[in-house]
Amino acid sequence: MPFFGFKGGIHPDYNKSSTSGKPTETLPVRVGDKFYLPLSQHIGAPAKPVAAKNQQVKTGELVAEAGGFISAAIHSPVNGKIVSISHVVHPMAGRMEGIVIEADETNDNYEPVSDEGSFQQIIQRAGITGMGGATFPTHVKLSPPKEVDTLLINGAECEPYLTCDHRIMLEEPLKVIKGAVLIKEKLNIKNLIIGIEKNKPDAIQLFKRYGREYGFELVPLYVKYPQGGEKQLIKSCLNRVVPEGKLPVEVGVIVHNVGTAAAVYEAFYERKPLFERIVTVTGAVVTPKNLRVRMGTPILSLIEACGGFLGVPKKIVMGGPMMGMAVTSVETPVMKGTSGIVVYREEDMPDLTKYPCIRCGRCVDACPMLLVPSIMDRFVKREMYEELEQHHVLNCIECGCCSYVCPSRRTLVGGFKTSKRHIMQIIKERGAKNA
Amino acid sequence: MPDRKFLVTFSPHDRHPETTNKVMMTVIIAMLPIIANSIWYYGYYAVKGYVLTALFCVGFEYLFDKISGRPIAIKDNSALLTGLLLAMNMPAAAPWWTMLVGSFVAIVVSKQVYGGLGQNPFNPALVARVFLLIAWPVEMTSWVRPSPVIHGFLFDTVSSATPLGTLKSDLIAHGHVVTANLATYTDQLIGNVSGCMGGDGAIFVLIGGLFMMNRKIISWHIPVSFLGTLFVFTGIIWLINPQRTIDPFLHIISGGAMLAAFFMATDYVTSPVIKRAQIVFGIGCGLIAGVIRIYGSYPEGTGFAVLIMNAFVPLLDKYMRPLSFGEVKK
Ligand code: SF4
Ligand code: SF4
Repeated sequence: MPFFGFKGGIHPDYNKSSTSGKPTETLPVRVGDKFYLPLSQHIGAPAKPVAAKNQQVKTGELVAEAGGFISAAIHSPVNGKIVSISHVVHPMAGRMEGIVIEADETNDNYEPVSDEGSFQQIIQRAGITGMGGATFPTHVKLSPPKEVDTLLINGAECEPYLTCDHRIMLEEPLKVIKGAVLIKEKLNIKNLIIGIEKNKPDAIQLFKRYGREYGFELVPLYVKYPQGGEKQLIKSCLNRVVPEGKLPVEVGVIVHNVGTAAAVYEAFYERKPLFERIVTVTGAVVTPKNLRVRMGTPILSLIEACGGFLGVPKKIVMGGPMMGMAVTSVETPVMKGTSGIVVYREEDMPDLTKYPCIRCGRCVDACPMLLVPSIMDRFVKREMYEELEQHHVLNCIECGCCSYVCPSRRTLVGGFKTSKRHIMQIIKERGAKNA
Repeated sequence: MPDRKFLVTFSPHDRHPETTNKVMMTVIIAMLPIIANSIWYYGYYAVKGYVLTALFCVGFEYLFDKISGRPIAIKDNSALLTGLLLAMNMPAAAPWWTMLVGSFVAIVVSKQVYGGLGQNPFNPALVARVFLLIAWPVEMTSWVRPSPVIHGFLFDTVSSATPLGTLKSDLIAHGHVVTANLATYTDQLIGNVSGCMGGDGAIFVLIGGLFMMNRKIISWHIPVSFLGTLFVFTGIIWLINPQRTIDPFLHIISGGAMLAAFFMATDYVTSPVIKRAQIVFGIGCGLIAGVIRIYGSYPEGTGFAVLIMNAFVPLLDKYMRPLSFGEVKK
């Protein structure tokens, strides 16, 4: 299969070697540990609690149901008691509505989800969301409104530092593959492609062996960030361009992350709801690790399991360094989309001295969506939303390539994120007026 | 453990190591061969010129920031860069006060009043050069004959016309090129001809330019389209009538064309950010320079050409914006 590639993108330092060779360890649950489950861990409506305070719950038991079609159910990660339904720390919102469960028993079994209804209903019941970070509810993607001819499984893991997808591919390749084949068969999709970046040669070797048996095509991907961006991956592997403002189904493709494929496998064949995941804990910790942890575990527990901080921590990022969120507190819990924890010390931080934009054009060359960040940034500063819309800021995938390369350290992507929200609001209001 | 306060910033959390002050420093390093070459040929005058313009430019930057209450920006190295570029665009024997006035025009009039670094539409060093050329045409066209340092540090000046100046006066006087008066390729390449301090010595400019390309400071788009167009345009005229002008190769290595193409036209602030717009920009520069050299009354046209194209940069960036990924043409 030819490789088409995409324009733009960057080559950051990948820094994956401190965890890529380390088998996943399980973080044990201790009696008395508390687990914090925000009701909004996914894109879409928040989940609605279905359990009450002081109620005893079992691992895998439903504690909050999906708040709509685009929403995801939440299950208890442990056997324990609900100690409160109030506010928990959330990286994006500061604090938000959530359920706190205290473990009173350690166990490895779980309450299976019922196998009634359609494939999509089972996946929805298991609370599966995209595991790559965007956390879009998976059953929605599995209900395409159009004909799909290709299922693309994303094993790019192009974010620096993160190795959790790499480990899943090495340790549970058949879960990934069988999960993918399952989706392909259930949705009647013709082609299955698995894309893995070339910096994971061991995973590529391993998957090659299964290609014929399971009927998929393996595409080794050129190493470039954001190779794993949905639109970039589709362009690279299939040379199809998803139109602006549209989803991949528009060009007959759905994309799932390798972790999601494995989760789909577990939900369907093992009836396992999504109550744990693998998290790469790295950066300035004593022993960086890949950890299998229960949802809702405060990140401090993960850092302690890695021997604690190395030196004085200055910044903690949830997710990868390119798109992850800096958190304010070590109480922030692991959620469905938490792929990594990266700790920075003062000395690990890049030089962030700001200068005025010198119009060097680096951001323009780096943007994988072919936008003009330097010019858009001027409109951001002046809150000129109409101009921003005309410069297609809504097409921005928030990959951060522009800010990464900017020698003047302009807050490019940060401004675009905020502006996009404003513009969406303006468009909504416009629609309301016209209706 | 008590909850510490952690730093919260927008993503991304890692950055490319290149920073603006380093970029400027790399350009300055790229200029070293040119500076060394001018000191070789102009001795004391070159040293004086570079030191004075650098001091004046950095000084004005500092003073203006201080007076207007802006953060002191001299650390970004851009004023130093402007100063050195200005010296390269002046005759070696230009009096010190032209350097003072030139630095004022470059830093204060053409940069700071527009809002400082990144805001100026025109290349500051070129604005200063053109201003001086108009205000003090005599001082700005009193050229010194180069004399290698090994023959003693140059103190006494022997005036001499530039090769392109001679060409122009020959054309006016005789109506054709006087071959005997032309500079040799070698002299032109190594800078052994009179002219602006940094404009000749095409080899050294090229070394600096290639160094900047190697360090990914500039791309090929502007220099290649600029020099390519100048070459083709003057080449056509020359092929039609070899008596009308010098050969195209001599054109691109003469009179600061190289310096303009690699160091002036590529100035980030005053050139397009979009690659294909840069090509159009370069073609425009080459064409205007060629037209001025052949049909204009000035022997040299690259500085004017760059300034004129500077004015089109906002339009080029606006109308040559590529379609974004998946954008549907309306
Ligand atoms: S990378 Fe930064 S300095 Fe360069 S053009 Fe873009 S915003 Fe301006
Ligand atoms: S964050 Fe947006 S503007 Fe910046 S490079 Fe990515 S897509 Fe382009």
